[in-house]
Amino acid sequence: MTRLSVSRQTRLSNIAMLALAVTLLLLAAAPWWAGRAELRLLGEIFLYMSLATLWNLLAGYAGLVSVGQQAFVGLGGYMLFAATLLWGVHPLVALPLAMVAGALVSAPVALLIFRLRGAYFAIGTWVVAEVFRLSFAQLSALGGGSGISLAPAIVKQLASGRSAREALLYWLALGLAVLVVGAVFAFLRSRRGVALTAIRDNELAARSLGIDVWRTKFTVYVVTAALTTLTGALIFLQKLRISPDAAFSANDWTAFVIFIVVIGGIGTIEGPIIGTLIYFVLRETMADLGAAYLIALGAVAIVIMLVAPQGVWGLIRGKSGTELFPLSRRVRGLTDKGN
Amino acid sequence: MTPVLELNAVRKSFGAVVVADDQSWSLDQGEALGVIGPNGAGKTSMFNLVTGTLKPNGGSIRFMGQDITAWSAARRCRAGIARSFQVPQPFRGMTIYENTYVAATQGAGLSGAEAEEVCLDVLGRTGLLPKANVLAGGLTLLDRKRLELARAMCAKPRVLLLDEIAGGLTENECHALIDLINGLRSTGISIVWIEHVVHALLAVVDRLIVIDFGARIAEGDPHEIMNSRAVREIYLGIEADA
Repeated sequence: MTRLSVSRQTRLSNIAMLALAVTLLLLAAAPWWAGRAELRLLGEIFLYMSLATLWNLLAGYAGLVSVGQQAFVGLGGYMLFAATLLWGVHPLVALPLAMVAGALVSAPVALLIFRLRGAYFAIGTWVVAEVFRLSFAQLSALGGGSGISLAPAIVKQLASGRSAREALLYWLALGLAVLVVGAVFAFLRSRRGVALTAIRDNELAARSLGIDVWRTKFTVYVVTAALTTLTGALIFLQKLRISPDAAFSANDWTAFVIFIVVIGGIGTIEGPIIGTLIYFVLRETMADLGAAYLIALGAVAIVIMLVAPQGVWGLIRGKSGTELFPLSRRVRGLTDKGN
Repeated sequence: MTPVLELNAVRKSFGAVVVADDQSWSLDQGEALGVIGPNGAGKTSMFNLVTGTLKPNGGSIRFMGQDITAWSAARRCRAGIARSFQVPQPFRGMTIYENTYVAATQGAGLSGAEAEEVCLDVLGRTGLLPKANVLAGGLTLLDRKRLELARAMCAKPRVLLLDEIAGGLTENECHALIDLINGLRSTGISIVWIEHVVHALLAVVDRLIVIDFGARIAEGDPHEIMNSRAVREIYLGIEADA
């Protein structure tokens, strides 16, 4: 009898990881080969990839369909501006500070909105985001309802030259995307990740098999909020200007993100990454269409939901369970049907 | 010796519908208890009460001498109560192996390497090993029921609650199932088994409880119970639609 073993790596996943490493090296060198506009676009792609990966963990795995993640993007932006402008903190220190603030704020928010289920939960998250927006509009020290800009002296703290500054912001965005996708990947491979994947598939069974569903969801909510806040801080460090409407925009930080995750493939680690690329291809090719661009996005979303509810990655993945990021465990050495 | 599981006057009702009417019974270590009764009598509800999926309106449940009435379902499983679901509840996006791996790591709290060993062993014993890498979402009903049993076994329970796992099996498969369950008992696991396939039940259990309208209407030696008049009256109805 052949010895049975369990492993996660496949030939495809090994090739994918190698390709990913090469791509990352190329991307890390982008400030030397890419133009200023391209660098900016790539940075934006990485920030959206982070938001989409985080929303996917929240909605696709933990079943927490939040339409209010802009609460944390905006909080991150405002924390960055408050820390640098009011308290004189260095911008690079303000970033992790924003992340900690996101975690601290999200815990009591979770206690409140976890009492709601399904559609009520979704609406609850939106209400929280609106409360945040209205509250920050009251802070006159941060520009009130009309917003405020980051002082040039603070921007110069990052790096003296403009191209050095742009390269640094680009690397921060790339680093964030690597951190977020890497953290989600590592989490899903861990023991807690096994529990979360079980919750994704069947909460009743998960509960009956010893998984503390509430605690797992709470952890995911707080970690997701912390990293979303960090992403928000970085987004507004790029923009250099913040206002309540831009910071807490449901369109920019939630609607587009949901679009990305749904067309890419919800509940998979590959889906949000592919979805981000599709979204930016659509956006860049249809940018001149004006309002028709949003109509076209909506049409794409509807067609994909009808034809492939599991998204583009779900279509590619099919029944074979192909993975680029090796998560699933396969039994090797079976005589038949094994692979 | 304290019983492994003990129910004291457990009550549960949904409005006017009583699913558990002052139920009291106990289970010893290594004992196998059979539960029969017509459809809708409250058998599965009783499992839900024992596993913590339902909270009782009154009464108490003790496990290994501890009052667990207020414990969550997850905590009860980690303590050693595992079940199979009558309507299978697989993790559809996971393979058969991964389904059992969840039980072994979360329910039994085993490390990765220990869990791997337990899962492969259980899959071998339940005949699911050849399909270990198949996604649970695409399985036939029969295989899903096998998976329910395998997954509950991987949680390494002291008390195993089985809810109609013999339906639809061939004669040979049924014998294999009986051997499997008797094997579990011999390792000291206590079993409560709800089953309409009476001959399978009688080949395993020491004691039989009959439930109707949420209340225990008879209890005792399986063969005596099956021949009692009250049970025959109810049970003829079951055999007609089984």
